Amino acid sequence: MKLTGAQIMMKVLKEEGVDTIFGYPGGAVIDIYDELERTDIRHILVRQEACAVHAADGYARAGGRTGVCLVTSGPGATNTVTGIASAYMDSIPVVIFTGQVPTHLIGNDAFQEVDTVGITRPCTKHNYLVKRTEDLARIIKEAFLIASSGRPGPVLIDIPKNVSANTIDYKAPKKNKLKSYKPTYSPNVKQLQRVAEMIKDSQKPLIFAGGGVILSKASKELTELARKAQIPLTASLMGLGGFPGTDPLWLGMIGMHGTYRSNMSTGECDLMIGIGVRFDDRVTGKTDAFAPKAKIVHIDIDPTSIRKNIPVTVPVVGDCKITLALLNKLLDKEDLGDLKKKRKKWFDQIDHWKSTSPQTYNQKDVIKPQYVVDKLYELTKGEAIITTEVGQNQMWAAQYYHFDKPNHFITSGGLGCMGFGLPAAIGAQLACPDKLVVDVAGDGSIQMNIQEMTTAIQCGLPVKVVILNNGHLGMVRQWQQLFFDKRYAATCLDCAPDFVKLAEAYGAVGLRATKPEEVVPVLKKGLFSKKTVIMDFVVEKEECVYPMVPAGAPVTEMLLV
Amino acid sequence: MTEEKHVLSIIVDNEPGVLSRIAGLFSGRGFNIESLCVAETTEPLVSRITLVTTGEPPIIEQIEKQLNKLINVVKVHDLTGTEFVHREMALIKVMAKAEHRAEILRIVDIFRCKVVDVSLDHYTIEVTGDEGKMKAILNLLKPIGIKEIAKTGIIALIREAR
Repeated sequence: MKLTGAQIMMKVLKEEGVDTIFGYPGGAVIDIYDELERTDIRHILVRQEACAVHAADGYARAGGRTGVCLVTSGPGATNTVTGIASAYMDSIPVVIFTGQVPTHLIGNDAFQEVDTVGITRPCTKHNYLVKRTEDLARIIKEAFLIASSGRPGPVLIDIPKNVSANTIDYKAPKKNKLKSYKPTYSPNVKQLQRVAEMIKDSQKPLIFAGGGVILSKASKELTELARKAQIPLTASLMGLGGFPGTDPLWLGMIGMHGTYRSNMSTGECDLMIGIGVRFDDRVTGKTDAFAPKAKIVHIDIDPTSIRKNIPVTVPVVGDCKITLALLNKLLDKEDLGDLKKKRKKWFDQIDHWKSTSPQTYNQKDVIKPQYVVDKLYELTKGEAIITTEVGQNQMWAAQYYHFDKPNHFITSGGLGCMGFGLPAAIGAQLACPDKLVVDVAGDGSIQMNIQEMTTAIQCGLPVKVVILNNGHLGMVRQWQQLFFDKRYAATCLDCAPDFVKLAEAYGAVGLRATKPEEVVPVLKKGLFSKKTVIMDFVVEKEECVYPMVPAGAPVTEMLLV
Repeated sequence: MTEEKHVLSIIVDNEPGVLSRIAGLFSGRGFNIESLCVAETTEPLVSRITLVTTGEPPIIEQIEKQLNKLINVVKVHDLTGTEFVHREMALIKVMAKAEHRAEILRIVDIFRCKVVDVSLDHYTIEVTGDEGKMKAILNLLKPIGIKEIAKTGIIALIREAR
């Protein structure tokens, strides 16, 4: 069968089940676009290439599958780097196709040439430069396998123009060339038996869950474990929704802006079970002082995560879902006794922490940002998919929207990438057309990728943007308030666009609330509209996110309200 | 914890860009490379990299895990702690005026080296051996005058059971 590179690419994409591609065309990918146009694969034209990756990221997370992007060489490729780095830090399966100058021009500083593979090497799980059309099909298949298996991540394929234009006699690739790529899914049972015994013996256990639970679709197994073994549970930002946020065993988020009881529990627990986490610095604070009294069990599919940041008593390399299912079975064989009674002191202690410093705010005459998220949660009954930008908006969304289900909270956790929320919401809405998708944004971060309003309008996507407008780059301002004597260097955004008019200019609905009593009516009107909506909430300017653990301090030493 | 020196023998796909993946991993994560040797093996699809690194035990553990995580890395052996043979090689261009020529040749003889190039006022000596031998011969040749030196890093293989 005679096929061009571009035709081969479409054929393999169809075989991989791809139905949506986020992209932006250009000279080096013109052959691919010409072929894409003739398939039934949906192409979403973003307005800047980083957003192609953010949108594919949102699509992957909301839909639990691999996202795909296509951009041109040179600036198209360099623009994707931020999106790729974000997907890499959060282990999101995305395959990125970049165009490249023809092979005979590579290295000549040709027009729109950059060393894409060189630039993206440190922020992809793997990447390829395809030098022969004959290799294209095999490489695409390998890329999808690598992106979605083991610890997932972005994989980039750089395709020179002549490789996509050339015609070859196509033969389906027989097998991949991955000699040693075999992620460990099944854990060591002996290690797990030790874990089961430690759980049985523990007086003060604590589960700390992370994004790995969501990626491996292990929420059910995690919930079973926590309830069966009566273990209170906290989670990282990436783990929110992996365990029901309304369950009595749920303590709230851990870390820099975690709840008082979560962080205090880390200081007192005698057993910490980390599941699908990487003990990031925003979680542990000062590592020497983290969980000082605990034996630590660390379950993760990526061996490099284990013992990277903190010493571990029992390492378990394995997929969260498989491992937890096995652990639950082992626990079923044990006589656990009356755990509620045995751990009564521990639960009493946790309740005491909860009542000493509950997560709360005081709504007076100016709109509090927490109040907006609180009402958003109530009105959507916790059912919406929430994406966020980065900063205070992200933390308030994490604290006040209580996620009961996985894949409902989509945020740039590791890279902390402002401008993520709107394109991610677009991707999430495409993956879940029947869901309400809301981007919780700040007035600063929404302006990083506001051009994607056009994409949403063009595709008829009813995404909702909730701007917590405090006239500042709020999180940096908060640090300046607390640690730099209120010198607000470059964080005041006193020249901002009128977001209502801006929404209208894009063809969306613009709404604004300036008083607390307007919050609910604006939310009701905006959320239940069938259109794309920006809601501008003019909130308290100098509100801070609390509790807060100063960077580098032990997590048990929190600044409270 | 004290720093340890480890010799890693890494089998990798023989493909363009693999070395930069490894070098990038070390520079990006702040790991040390003391020396590095790469060449094809008898199997043309794979190469062997012999890499010497130093670090505290948890760092060495991270290095091995991170290397294993690279898609193009087929296998990582930490030779340190096992029985292995290792060699490095140097070409030493030493000043060889008439009055020193006999002395240099005696050293070459003692160290079982070879003279591989001769001119009116220099010898180039090929020496193979372990680190200690390298140091010893350099100490002896330095007073005579070393013009240039080119050294490989360590190459190493596991000892087979006798």
